[in-house]
Amino acid sequence: MSESLTFHYDVDGEDFTSAGQASVQVKKNLRRLGIPPEIIRQVSIAMYEGEINMVIHAGGGDADVIVSEDRIEIILADHGPGIADIELAMQEGYSTAPDSVRSLGFGAGMGLPNMKRYTDEMTIDSKVGEGTTIKMTVKL
Amino acid sequence: MTVSSLCSACGFVPVALPDGGREVHGCYIGDLLSWVMGRAKADEAWITIMSNINIVAVASLTDVACIILAEGVAVDDKIKSTAELKGVNILMSDKAAYETASAISTLV
Repeated sequence: MSESLTFHYDVDGEDFTSAGQASVQVKKNLRRLGIPPEIIRQVSIAMYEGEINMVIHAGGGDADVIVSEDRIEIILADHGPGIADIELAMQEGYSTAPDSVRSLGFGAGMGLPNMKRYTDEMTIDSKVGEGTTIKMTVKL
Repeated sequence: MTVSSLCSACGFVPVALPDGGREVHGCYIGDLLSWVMGRAKADEAWITIMSNINIVAVASLTDVACIILAEGVAVDDKIKSTAELKGVNILMSDKAAYETASAISTLV
């Protein structure tokens, strides 16, 4: 593969039960491209966590997955409330998710830590009141 | 052991079995979905009492061999059909998570 391939997804912020559609689609696309199963697992879990965060906190957003010869990049951008204290948000167990979300099994404060766990690089660019952009890279 | 054989051997109820020939290796127990995605490994049996639609996506993305619903927890038809569509095996055990894990421990 000499040129990169980009997949774009609109993450619907309205329907919590359909969250994960973009991640499942990414999984299928990566499988078609012959990406190794463990890499697919890493990318799709990291992306799902990001997708869930966008649904819980930001009313949806945009997700782009760029597949190139030596890496897969995931860029998640939203116009939600932003993250006031990124260091605190990265701590396992810290969560600002509402009880309604916790009752579904989410909001355990593991989303951002999982995204970091399953990717080789992760940067968070966030401004309170403007939104958040997260870039993650998994090396091939 | 395959998911189908495990289902029969332990007397579980097959809720959705689109990929019954899949091999199971190991087991993870948990209800917090991000915790499961962070800790469960591919090909394990995932025992949970969580029964909302998101468990299908979590199982698919985490690539576990099957979900085993403990405590006789039931799921609605939409979850069954989504699981069939996405190739996610779901079994149901009438026992608690600990007893369910004990039952499969020597088989997987």
